[in-house]
Amino acid sequence: MTRPFDEHHLTPPLLEMRQVTQTYLLNRKSLLGARPSLTVLDNVSFDVRPGEAVGLVGESGSGKTTLTRILTGMEKPKQGHVFYNGADVWAGDGERWRNFRRSVQVVMQSPRSSLDPRMRIGLSLLEPLRALKIEGDHVARVHEVLDQVGMTRQALERYPHEFSGGQLQRIAIARALMPAPKVLIADEPVSALDVSIQAQVLNLLKDLVRELGLSLVFIAHDLSVVAYTTSRVSVMSAGRIVEVGKPLDLFTKPQAEATQNLVGAILTVEAGLAGNALA
Amino acid sequence: MTKPQTNRPDALEVQNLVVHNTVLTAVRGIDFTLPAGGRMGLVGESGSGKTLTALSLMGLLPMGWQANGTVRHDGVDLITQSDKAFSSRRGRTISMVFQDPLSSLDPVRRIGFQVSSVIRRHTKASKQEAEAQTLELFRQMSLPRPEQLMRAYPHEISGGQRQRVMIAMALACYPQLIIADEPTTALDVTVQKQVLRILNNAVQERGCALMMITHDLPIIAAMCDTVAVMYAGRIVEMGPVSEVFRAPRHHYTKGLLDSQPTMDNIALDGSSRLASIPGMVPPLHSLPRGCAFHPRCSAASDRCRAEVPQLETGQRRAACWHPIEAGADATVQAGVTA
Repeated sequence: MTRPFDEHHLTPPLLEMRQVTQTYLLNRKSLLGARPSLTVLDNVSFDVRPGEAVGLVGESGSGKTTLTRILTGMEKPKQGHVFYNGADVWAGDGERWRNFRRSVQVVMQSPRSSLDPRMRIGLSLLEPLRALKIEGDHVARVHEVLDQVGMTRQALERYPHEFSGGQLQRIAIARALMPAPKVLIADEPVSALDVSIQAQVLNLLKDLVRELGLSLVFIAHDLSVVAYTTSRVSVMSAGRIVEVGKPLDLFTKPQAEATQNLVGAILTVEAGLAGNALA
Repeated sequence: MTKPQTNRPDALEVQNLVVHNTVLTAVRGIDFTLPAGGRMGLVGESGSGKTLTALSLMGLLPMGWQANGTVRHDGVDLITQSDKAFSSRRGRTISMVFQDPLSSLDPVRRIGFQVSSVIRRHTKASKQEAEAQTLELFRQMSLPRPEQLMRAYPHEISGGQRQRVMIAMALACYPQLIIADEPTTALDVTVQKQVLRILNNAVQERGCALMMITHDLPIIAAMCDTVAVMYAGRIVEMGPVSEVFRAPRHHYTKGLLDSQPTMDNIALDGSSRLASIPGMVPPLHSLPRGCAFHPRCSAASDRCRAEVPQLETGQRRAACWHPIEAGADATVQAGVTA
């Protein structure tokens, strides 16, 4: 049996956030009464090692998306640091920042809204190279990446509306792979997809991790989907990470209340047939 | 599960239902019967026609879409009903719970008003009586502080609470049939079970029939007696949930069951793969000839490519030229993946 969790303990993290606290000022009127600021992340540390697939689960509002935004550099943390390859990404020079931005790529929940509807797929795929000013044989790179996600070259001339959700998610993954990132962050990448397509995309992500040696951060609300894809899972609740463990351990002996709720929320066909799913 | 009462007429009898617009046919002739108090699940992916089926039962088809066939309910044929007849029927004999409760509640009316106006629309209850009934419904839905909730606006309560309000509204006039279209998809996972439990109990207490529309097989297994699996506008498999899910006969049903992540296939190790159905759901405007599933099916033969398989008759039916025989495949059982 492989022990991915243990062996990764020896390697230093590739991408890490250390003791990050993020607060938002609520300027607009709050539904819950006047509150000047809201702590969304409370002293959160999180890391992923080279080639490791880690998961992040939690209810909506637990801070998953904010964590993603900080991990990808879309937001600067109010307190705490983000390290890529051991270097603080917000402290270094432009070169360090560019290296970080190209090495950490993200796949969002809805591929339909993350691809420009008026841009041919080929152009969308080139965007990251253009934006990040990456030199090289772009056409060859596009073809290589299409192969990796299992799409044909005919896709390049077409527009997003000509594709199904599952294909678009493959294209969104392809676009994220274009700058040859080291870390792929996937925020609910299958929850907008049809059941028969979800498994395809989950398998694709798993293959990419193995074949390209990518690190994967997989964020979802469904513990069983995360557990299938990753070897170490963090559970978030109310802006904190309340439990970290191997998927199987979280299932069989959840410690934190939030984990117990998530495990309890899982519905299975077997439990349904046995008549005790809603017990 | 509840035994449907035999002395009541069927809640729904659908014969050769076709839903189309000028260019596309989304539902291509489906038949099923839902007995009074029965619970049927309608499974399908986006584009399978499951939602248009439900909307045609409610007389709520989008502009340009038309339903043909026969849908017998409460002694009438719903297909031929006028808009006016439908509006006196919706909420009274058939109600529907939609996917997104926020967009199906009026944002500028108080919740208590919205639910009690359904009651006042269909019964002779006075304002006070209707409000008292609404309050009682809120209690049955285990909604917290029901008195305050009466005066709340939809944006002031959580998604799970909103969906429970929608269920209360749907149940308010003791309909014979409730159609629930993905009622928990927009909700947080941790409240999904609670909402399902409340819906389950409420439907059971009232003895009304339930049609549960979802792509989520575990929900069907938990809530329904029978299941109809739709693919590209046709029912491809139908029967008691326990039989269909334990021993699917159609390759599509089996594929759906196998691609569910379960604790069993996670437990193996990091290299485990989910079984997946190759390809994608065909778009309505270019459905393949013959069996619509054949391009994605491992058992497809020349016959599948040429002729449309008809749904078998009887309790346990599949529409497949090469149905999976019981016991022929050890991995058929739900949740067990090699």
